[in-house]
Amino acid sequence: MTKNIKSITNPKLKLEILTPAEVKKIHNATLHIIENVGVRFPSKRALEIWAANGADVNYDKKVVKVKPHIIEEAIKKAPPVYPLAARDPQQDLPLDGNHVYAGTDGCGVEVIDIQTGVRRMSKLDDVRDIARIADATEEVAFHWVPVSAQDKPAETRGLHEIKTIWENSTKHVQTESIYNEREAKAAIEMAALIVGGKENLRKRPVLSLMQCTAPPLGHDGGSIDAALLAAEVGLPTGFMTMAACLTTGPATLAGNLAVGNAEVLAGTALLQLAFPGAPVFYAAAQTASDLRNGAYTGGGPEDFLFGAATNVLSDYYNIPLSMGSFATGAKEPNWQAGIENSLSTFMASIVMSDMLLGLGFLHGSRIWSFAEMMMDAEIFSIIHKTMQGIVVDDENLALDTIANVGPGGNFLAQRHTKNHMREIFLPQFMDRRPYNVWEEKKDDARDWALAKARRILAEHQPDPLDPKISAEMAKIIAANEK
Amino acid sequence: MSEELLQKMAQSIIDGDSDVSVQLAQEAIAIGMDPLKAITDGFVVGVNKVGDAFAAGDAFLPELVMAGEAMKAAVATLEPELLKKGSERKTLGKVVMATVEGDIHEIGKSLVSTMLGASGFTVVDMGVDNPSDKIIEKALEIDADIIGLSALLTTTMIRQKEVIEKLDARGLRKKIKVMVGGAPVTREWVQKIEADGYSEDAIGAVAVAKQLMGAE
Repeated sequence: MTKNIKSITNPKLKLEILTPAEVKKIHNATLHIIENVGVRFPSKRALEIWAANGADVNYDKKVVKVKPHIIEEAIKKAPPVYPLAARDPQQDLPLDGNHVYAGTDGCGVEVIDIQTGVRRMSKLDDVRDIARIADATEEVAFHWVPVSAQDKPAETRGLHEIKTIWENSTKHVQTESIYNEREAKAAIEMAALIVGGKENLRKRPVLSLMQCTAPPLGHDGGSIDAALLAAEVGLPTGFMTMAACLTTGPATLAGNLAVGNAEVLAGTALLQLAFPGAPVFYAAAQTASDLRNGAYTGGGPEDFLFGAATNVLSDYYNIPLSMGSFATGAKEPNWQAGIENSLSTFMASIVMSDMLLGLGFLHGSRIWSFAEMMMDAEIFSIIHKTMQGIVVDDENLALDTIANVGPGGNFLAQRHTKNHMREIFLPQFMDRRPYNVWEEKKDDARDWALAKARRILAEHQPDPLDPKISAEMAKIIAANEK
Repeated sequence: MSEELLQKMAQSIIDGDSDVSVQLAQEAIAIGMDPLKAITDGFVVGVNKVGDAFAAGDAFLPELVMAGEAMKAAVATLEPELLKKGSERKTLGKVVMATVEGDIHEIGKSLVSTMLGASGFTVVDMGVDNPSDKIIEKALEIDADIIGLSALLTTTMIRQKEVIEKLDARGLRKKIKVMVGGAPVTREWVQKIEADGYSEDAIGAVAVAKQLMGAE
């Protein structure tokens, strides 16, 4: 058991969402797209790597077309198992296909203030508060940068954010908000301070980088350059597709999976061609755009299906997956949020997606809510419990106890009951009180969740980061602000 | 004969079929139909029908976009004829649309361009990664009424502010209105940078642009 981290492991539940033949068909479609349509890489370094490895490179359009065998052989070099290291080694997360870890979501632009309840632009202090609460919350295994530190200069914002998380939590940090070479270089220097040198990052990657693709079938130049730097020093690196039916992908689910898969697979192959054996992961948060306004939806049956299907693809390539779940489109913690976050997380969990993104947001990953964060944690716990399934053995069949009670009695006073009662899930935020008790205040999950977040923030003291390391990090950031 | 042609024009927009709309526009030129009549009594009728169906919840965004594309193609075909006759299609306003410097995301921006075009605005879409000065120069070049600025990243969103400040410094704020959009853009940000208009989606953006033109 990892210290203060709850993860789903050894599940009993299973789901076959795609047959092996269907996976193969999507894979072949993906290779067809990469070979015949091409993927855009607006990075000089990337195009040169592709050219050196036999791809057909169009330097004007910055589009590469790659033969299937080049992609397939490159992907085989990716390590199937590796750890995400934490500042506290007891909180390392093995990505071994037998664990599902949840993280905080990112990267939002507004926060519902934990004290006043007023919605406002996000700032660095919010990153700090969220990191502290996440540090104390066992359902959170790792951090994304939850919200944008908009009170910090744009050119070093991503660095302020990871420094603040490290100062307030010992858990692994995966940043999705560093997407250029300069900031990536500085972030690597900062991570190296924690593990006593850049050469130790390969063994103890306390930082991982997630880069968004630029769909359809493209990458962002800065993201690619940042990813190459990270892969070079052995920091786990992943590309996330958010291909959306109707807008950045076909209206059909299979087609959308293929487009997103082409983006991720081409980016991942590039990293393997440049640095064979570099730890990489697949990342995805596909969705369907809203039919009426084209908006990012953050939920719905299509999302649930993508959530389960993508891990089948990443398993086919034998690399870990960081999967978008939670992230409801609801404007406040309500019926919609409960449905979307439960089902998306259940579907991504039942196929054993390695990392889940993530807790805490409303309005499609834009507005941070501390209440939603705590309620999302409970959703994860409910799914954690559900995934354990039903154990059928003599002890669990309880025949002796059933005989003891006989027809018409009850099981409350049985030793067997006492022995096993704590296996029953005890919710923090579900209202099971008598009606008249509820009527007194008419309070509910949202009130209790917010109260819990406030209590943690007031009481929890994370293990501090060595002030000398903090000071060195500040120097690196200052050097980047000149 | 011409009544039938006009009906076919409207239908080609409803079907979102650019090939057919272009063909019908060519037919209109061949038989000497007034190009303005073809637009107003033919193609625009189709645009309005799709718009009404959309508003009623019977049509969806892809149908709206396809209608917009078909309309654009038809108008482009008729344009030389319009110029020859010295007549001009009435425009609701001239808009420069651009994704700001350092940002390569453009789906939302392109959607707004299409919607504005279909709604009767004259739109120049500059694509992605546009430095602020270049956007302003383009706006001056075409005598734009509105600049529309898109950004997907909090780190590039600051360029929206930059464009407004530069317009201000050059005394152009009264002349050129600025509307902004993109996932990280919030009402608070819009107020902070004193943009003139903002919408979370493309349909709303058309309403905002119309409002900005009406307010003048």
